[in-house]
Amino acid sequence: MHGPNAMTTNATESGQNARSLVIRHLDKEYVRGIPVLKDINLEINGRGMTAIIGPSGTGKSTLIRCINRLVEPTRGEILVDGQNLVGLHGKALREARRRIGMVFQEFNLVERLTVIENLLCGRLGYVHPFAAWMRRFPEEDVARAYELLDIVGLKEFAMQRADELSGGQRQRVGIARAVMQKPRILLADEPTSSLDPKTSVEIMELMIQLAGQHDIPVVVNIHDVNLGRRFAQRVVGMSGGSIIFDGPPDDITDEHLMQIYGGKKWLQ
Amino acid sequence: MISSQAQWQRFTPRQRLVRFTWYLGMVAALVLSLRQIEIIPEFLYDAPEQVADLFSRMWPIAWYYYPTTVHAAMMETLHIATLGTIITLFLAVPIGFLAAHNITRSTTVNYLAKLVLVSSRSVNSLVWALLFVAVFGPGALAGTMAIAFRSIGFVGKLLAEALEDAQPGPIEALQAAGAPWVSVVTKGYWPQIKPAFWSIALFRWDINVRESAVLGLVGAGGIGTALESSMSLFDWDRAAMILVAIFAVVMIAEVAVTYLRKRII
Repeated sequence: MHGPNAMTTNATESGQNARSLVIRHLDKEYVRGIPVLKDINLEINGRGMTAIIGPSGTGKSTLIRCINRLVEPTRGEILVDGQNLVGLHGKALREARRRIGMVFQEFNLVERLTVIENLLCGRLGYVHPFAAWMRRFPEEDVARAYELLDIVGLKEFAMQRADELSGGQRQRVGIARAVMQKPRILLADEPTSSLDPKTSVEIMELMIQLAGQHDIPVVVNIHDVNLGRRFAQRVVGMSGGSIIFDGPPDDITDEHLMQIYGGKKWLQ
Repeated sequence: MISSQAQWQRFTPRQRLVRFTWYLGMVAALVLSLRQIEIIPEFLYDAPEQVADLFSRMWPIAWYYYPTTVHAAMMETLHIATLGTIITLFLAVPIGFLAAHNITRSTTVNYLAKLVLVSSRSVNSLVWALLFVAVFGPGALAGTMAIAFRSIGFVGKLLAEALEDAQPGPIEALQAAGAPWVSVVTKGYWPQIKPAFWSIALFRWDINVRESAVLGLVGAGGIGTALESSMSLFDWDRAAMILVAIFAVVMIAEVAVTYLRKRII
């Protein structure tokens, strides 16, 4: 099967204009008959940050985890670089996942490994398991890891164990690990929810910076409306498993927010 | 009328009845088992005398016996324990992986693996030794295999539990990066279970040092063989020497394992 590879080549040739992520008629039901996502249609092109906002339990996380199939979609299509991820298995799925970076709310670092090795974990999709086990990563990967670590400001922490870092530092490592994949798209699932407000802003800035440098579009789930509005060029508002707003942050009115989050007292 | 003072009781009357029945049952079981084992009072009365007699036969301890016989037998015991533990690690790791439901997503396979683990543990090491003496003949090989097979259950069960306790977050992150299964295990699971793994291995080695000391009683090599022959010949001073040696080795193993486990965790 050379299907997936051919797809990649096509997408690379068409460059930045390639539609990075297309979601068509996506439904998700964890329990049959109780939909969490209802007919989601979304297209994310080129670069920049798209923020998905909405209250807890509205399916933001499910949506973003359906994209790289950490959650199995019930129906619909998910195209990354033109390749439909739904229905992929084994090697084809792993190869598709390599092109999708992900940043997690709880950082999800391997705590007992060093910072540098956590970054190199982003290359596990490319490195032979035996070489990875023997810690023989390609030279260019190691060089890139150090370079990225310098960019995220943690160069002097390279040899420290990940569990010695603070929350903000860990998330920097998490972002660097995702960028190590050289992804075509970066997903972030509530990347700032476990962090204080100041660190949250720094993390958002870092994602914008790295994504800009590497031309990676970012899709971020965020329940903090103001943080989302501040950094994203596009905001997708979700409520009850559906998209009810999609547009630039300046177009969001209190009306929209009331519709998304319900109630209005919190707006005053 | 409800009294003004609030009433509180730990148990409902029904619960109290159930508890009382439990206590009654336990006392009944104790009485029944005492009757069943038929203690002969005469033997019980002169037990202190017998113990004193035994000690007098053991004294003075035959220290000279250590260099000539006990030392070699003790080394054999340590070899049986160590080699047996190493073999167990190789056998128990795959079974532990098959038993952990977050790694092997088949309930049938999980149960089959757990069945293997339970079978290993349900057979006493002396019984395993008898089986292997029948297969390999008497000697250290039978003892080593007995220790190995006896330990699979312990090591495999604790390893499966450690795997099941591993944080799913990092595993998910590696899968999201497209890591193949082997890399998910070596970079996601292994760092998480490593302290538990070495701790289990050391703990089992400690147990195996004690277990392999008695294997000689059924002909499976080691210090037990020397103990058995001294006791059959009523060489109680030599038997005492062997018991002191076992005690010393077990103490040293205990101290060493405690120290190493602290350093690992």
